[in-house]
Amino acid sequence: MATPVAQEQRTLGFTEPGRPPLRTPRTSLKLRNALIGWTFILPNFLGFAVLTLTPVITLFYISLTSWNIFGAAKWVGLANFERLIGDKSFHTALGNTFYYALVHIPVTIVVSLGLALLLNQKLRGAAFFRTVAFFPYITSIVAVAVVWNMLFSPEYGPINQFLSLFVEGDLPGWTVSKDWAMPAVIIVGTWKDMGYYMLLFLAGLQTVPGELHEAARIDGANTWQRFWNVTLPCLRPTMFFVTVMVTIQSFKVFDLILVMTDGGPGQATLVLSQYIYQKGFEQFEFGYASSVAVVLFLICILVTVVQFLYNKRKEA
Amino acid sequence: MTARPSALQRSGRVLLYVVMVAAAAGIMLPFAWMVISSLKQNNQVFTAPVEWVPDPVVWRNYLDIWVRADMVTWVRNTLVLSVAVTALQVLTGSFAAYGFAKMRFPGRDALFLLYIGTIAVPWQSYMIPQFQMISSWGLNNTLWAIMLLQAFGAFGVFLMKQYYESIPDSLSEAARIDGLSEYGIWWRIIMPLSVPALASLTIITFVSTWNDYLGPLIYLRDRSLWTIQLGLQSFIGEYNAEHALIMTGSVLSVLPIALIFLLGQRYFVEGIATTGVKG
Repeated sequence: MATPVAQEQRTLGFTEPGRPPLRTPRTSLKLRNALIGWTFILPNFLGFAVLTLTPVITLFYISLTSWNIFGAAKWVGLANFERLIGDKSFHTALGNTFYYALVHIPVTIVVSLGLALLLNQKLRGAAFFRTVAFFPYITSIVAVAVVWNMLFSPEYGPINQFLSLFVEGDLPGWTVSKDWAMPAVIIVGTWKDMGYYMLLFLAGLQTVPGELHEAARIDGANTWQRFWNVTLPCLRPTMFFVTVMVTIQSFKVFDLILVMTDGGPGQATLVLSQYIYQKGFEQFEFGYASSVAVVLFLICILVTVVQFLYNKRKEA
Repeated sequence: MTARPSALQRSGRVLLYVVMVAAAAGIMLPFAWMVISSLKQNNQVFTAPVEWVPDPVVWRNYLDIWVRADMVTWVRNTLVLSVAVTALQVLTGSFAAYGFAKMRFPGRDALFLLYIGTIAVPWQSYMIPQFQMISSWGLNNTLWAIMLLQAFGAFGVFLMKQYYESIPDSLSEAARIDGLSEYGIWWRIIMPLSVPALASLTIITFVSTWNDYLGPLIYLRDRSLWTIQLGLQSFIGEYNAEHALIMTGSVLSVLPIALIFLLGQRYFVEGIATTGVKG
């Protein structure tokens, strides 16, 4: 950067001998630089600001209005949020969302870390296995849901046929049973997502220094101790990123449930995102739906901030 | 490391192989079932015990589906959207990333934080205000809505920024001294050097647009605008007893993605690793 600045100063100083040679060119260059920088960012930022930031901000306003299909937005203060407190369906959706998240988060992390460790063993065929494990992630949700629904079919589905080899008596009804629908959805969610997080863990594992493992081995640490005391601490940045991503992904879960169970049977798998959709796009209660959306928004932000602070404290 | 592996180590490795093969089989099972069922007669899909080899093999399903479903329209719409969104995302994303990675100016870092912050904001929470806004522009029920929705995501900016930062600044500085403008540096120096990242972004964006279900569900009402995901879902609803045909449709909706993935797998994996490692 030093050379062009100096050059420009020299030429400017030469052509305009009456002006103070240093200040003006530098500030104008800075300004020019900033303008050029902004022109790079602007095309994307305009779209981003208009289509993402604006709706996020207006969300809060709409949530404080009674906007619905019959009339324009009328300010109602916190009335929507007061209604949430007594809304049984909302409670169900909130509970189910936490159910999904609290099971899906740890299971996905453990499984994808396990797969990554397995792939990191330099086994023959590992590249093929990586392809296989990642494949569900790039498959469309509609195809995934319809196949799994058939596999889960209580009477003739392959899964229950397989289970009947080991289990006597009643088999799970999976997506048609109130108790088993959520586990079924979680199984599919984990199956679909684990390949993505496996790749992230695998990338993280490459940053673990081999010497550390070697040293620990010489000190007599067994495999488990090395995993616990060497691999995991070295993986902390990856672990943090994965945890944040999988948490947000779990709390916002929607399309998988929409196409697999549509929230059913009854409300057994109704989650927050779907409740927003129902209230907003099926019953056209935009104001009320927005207040549910604010709750989802706050949960995701809160969880992320907590994880961020926890990570900061560990780092220090 | 030249010592011969002990019996224990060897059996440990065998065990690892067993686990790997079992996991691979388990993961692939739904796809296997999908393909096998798509080649069966409808009444053979659910049998006890499961027939793993279709007999007879019914190729007809793959002809029938084009007649029974409006596959041509769906594929065309999905292609239009995927190509347009990918082009916009790659262009604006890599352009903005240059500003973030290679230039210094006031407000840059604050702006980037704003981008990062939206990672924690689920689309589901602001889809209603966004829908109102896009509808007020008269773009509801048009393909434009989906293009706007998908094209300006923060993901492309991240991915390209991470990659640009690995390109040494000395290159762009040398070009600057030679009198190349910033736009020239971006186009002639940085872009040609970031082909792998561009490939990653292209493939990832294409696939996610192809697979998007929620955006089209909310915005595209007309049958003539449906994407393959919407079409498949409605087909499932309409012909819910035609299991074999539904599986055929599913195979067809997954097939292009499978091909793209197998061809560009390297870029996929690298793209995801790049965004993940530094967070």
